[in-house]
Amino acid sequence: MGALLLVGTYFFPLWSITVEAPQYPEGLGIYIRINTVDGHAKNDLKNLNIVNHYIGMQEIVPESIPELKYMPPIVAFLIVSGLLIAWKGGKKTLYLWLAFFSLLALVGLVDFYLWNYDFGHNLDTENAAIQIEGMTYQPPLFGTKTMLNFVTTSLPSWGGIAAFASIFMGCLAAFLSWRDKQSA
Amino acid sequence: MNKTMMRVVGVILVIATFLLISECAKKDKPILGSSDAASAVYVAPGDYDEFYAFTSGGFSGQLGVYGLPSGRLFREIPVFSVDPENGYGFNEETKDMLKTSFGHIPWDDSHHPELSQTDGVTDGRWIFINGNNTPRIARIDLKNFETAEIIEIPNSGGNHGSPFITQNSEYVVASTRFSVPIPQADVPISSYKENFSGTLSFIKVNPDDGHMNIEFQIMVPGYDYDLASGGKGPSHGWAFFSSYNTEQANTLLEVNASKNDKDFIAAVNWKLAEKYLAEGKGHKQPADYYHNYMDHNSHSAVSEQKKSVTVLYPAECPGLIYYLPTPKSPHGVDVDPSGEYIVGGGKLAAVVSVHSFSKMIKAIEDEKFIGDAGGIPVLDYDATIAGEVTNVGLGPLHTEFDGKGYAYTSAFITSEVVKWKLGTWEIVDRIPSYYSIGHLMIPGGGSMKPWGKYLVALNKMTKDRYLSTGPELAHAAQLIDISGEKMKLLLDFPTVGEPHYAQGIPADLIHPNTTKIYELENNTHPYRTLSEKEARVERKGNEVHVYMTTIRTHFKPDNIEGIQVGDVVYFHVTNLEQDWDIPHGFAMQGAINSELLVMPGATNTLRWEPKKVGVFPFYCTDFCSALHQEMQGYVRVSPKGSKVPISF
Repeated sequence: MGALLLVGTYFFPLWSITVEAPQYPEGLGIYIRINTVDGHAKNDLKNLNIVNHYIGMQEIVPESIPELKYMPPIVAFLIVSGLLIAWKGGKKTLYLWLAFFSLLALVGLVDFYLWNYDFGHNLDTENAAIQIEGMTYQPPLFGTKTMLNFVTTSLPSWGGIAAFASIFMGCLAAFLSWRDKQSA
Repeated sequence: MNKTMMRVVGVILVIATFLLISECAKKDKPILGSSDAASAVYVAPGDYDEFYAFTSGGFSGQLGVYGLPSGRLFREIPVFSVDPENGYGFNEETKDMLKTSFGHIPWDDSHHPELSQTDGVTDGRWIFINGNNTPRIARIDLKNFETAEIIEIPNSGGNHGSPFITQNSEYVVASTRFSVPIPQADVPISSYKENFSGTLSFIKVNPDDGHMNIEFQIMVPGYDYDLASGGKGPSHGWAFFSSYNTEQANTLLEVNASKNDKDFIAAVNWKLAEKYLAEGKGHKQPADYYHNYMDHNSHSAVSEQKKSVTVLYPAECPGLIYYLPTPKSPHGVDVDPSGEYIVGGGKLAAVVSVHSFSKMIKAIEDEKFIGDAGGIPVLDYDATIAGEVTNVGLGPLHTEFDGKGYAYTSAFITSEVVKWKLGTWEIVDRIPSYYSIGHLMIPGGGSMKPWGKYLVALNKMTKDRYLSTGPELAHAAQLIDISGEKMKLLLDFPTVGEPHYAQGIPADLIHPNTTKIYELENNTHPYRTLSEKEARVERKGNEVHVYMTTIRTHFKPDNIEGIQVGDVVYFHVTNLEQDWDIPHGFAMQGAINSELLVMPGATNTLRWEPKKVGVFPFYCTDFCSALHQEMQGYVRVSPKGSKVPISF
């Protein structure tokens, strides 16, 4: 069941970052998907990149983020192995699967944070038109943050929620089997 | 009670009565300026108006877009007149929109906007408007609020009676105000009666893309044809045209065209006309006119010269057209929402004559004719008339309807709006206009489904209504609440140009469908530049083509050398933005035409002929970002024959 939930990550974005500003009352936003980054609306990524260039932020080019290439096969492995374990796996393999998955999720989040850090701090100080002493532009991992005229909100999206739910289901399965063993 | 007491009570009573009377008198006055009216027209910051109002620009040749009830001006859409503000009519893409058989005409006089309809209801797809002076009809697309098409009307002089629409936008119709020699010929003006004719034109509208085509014209006697209205419901399939100067005077019309007691409303059975056309009764006659339209993806005008038009002659097509005698030099002819009543505003009379469509059909069956005029049967007035509205004010011009059984007629000379009841013809209310009302408009008021909440009076004179601006004063629109029994004046606001007719429509039918950007990948302009990598400068003899891009906040290329005096330089500017409300402007020092204002995803071209040696700047004119003031470049102009190579 938990493994099946992971299928959702192929169709729904993992994470969503939304920005609002006086000039963008309708908001601009991007989705981080399992294999790419794209806009909430068709041209949002392009427009966000245009706006970001004023502060010297690097352009977000999905093709240049290698993680987006590795993620689909890794998640595919998780799904298949998860299903196999559910079918005839033992407790040990379940714990192993869960540990591997949790580790991956943690690595993923740290990696996401590092990318955010990189985008927010690694600014083109030579060419940026707007440079404000001490100002960095790292979007939050989780929650809302105001940066200049932009209010940025970062939250897991349906794919990310599915992944968390998947871990939770895995834990639940592990807990149930552990309890069964206790009572047996 | 002693005498003193009685006196005191008496005085108090007198004072109370006086106060009561003055309070009542106040209530009868227009409530303009009172908080009641103010809150009725107040649209809070950030909120939207309930209706769009489209007002003709008159001698400005354009179309104004306002919000109701606030009266706020949103835009002036360039239609028949060039507009240096955005380059319309100046840039290479749109200048052919103004091409006519007389050449490029940068101006016209636009009178009557008319919204497209489906099943008799305004649908918010397109709005049509006439060019009066050089006979033309334009179609404006209400997705992008841009002029999409202009067609010239041949065999016409003064295209006043247009572009009135049929209930499914099958046709927009047009009639000649001036009769003229057809085909044009060098004849004495005094030979008017022998040599001059009028035409009634039926312009077919393609239901898918709105494209117009002159399907046929009807050759009619040489009167002055004034206004028109499409039939609806039971009268669908017919169109009605008012006329004056049935005297056929050709000089001092003020006197000589005002002699007849009655002139005519022409009733045309266009469904029958289609049958006659199918039978081959149409004569393909030589003509010379232009049909111009914007190609949607290249954002460029396509201009076609047309050389013939199909003409129907009433003598060969029995039943095609009848004349309804109507007092007295009728101006407006307006069909009510039920399609039964045809209202003629006898502009020199104090009476509005209402013909009945069903009585007209019966009169035709019973052959109640009193003669013919130029071969067209004239019906007996008494056989078609349903009623007369008397004491309607002097100079009744136009009538609109509220869909609740009432009609509203403008009276120019007595400067008022008169409300009367269909069927009983009794006047129920009247309200003054400031001053000299021409047209009036109720959203949907000329269709089968009026939204009878507001009425807009379109006034010709303002005199003391606003702060003065010298000899030339603003014209005005006045917003009147017609939701109740009594009309209430809510607001007046100045208008651009001279608004003749106007149209109104609920905002919901247009606002959500608006075009925000043009998709770059759909841009098929032959000189488009879809990425900065493709930006370049190419010389072809003395022609130089600059393939230029704009994006926040720079031009590419921004420095151009190798241009020479005597060159013809074309700046093809593609706006690479794909974000709403981010146009970029382009202005070149010394260009004798205008600026460009390039919408996201579009390409516009400015032609520039450098006359002087030197280095000349260009820059973005539309404040596009914080670094807008940095969005600039230079062109180096060398003497003719210079060795400086093209570089960028």
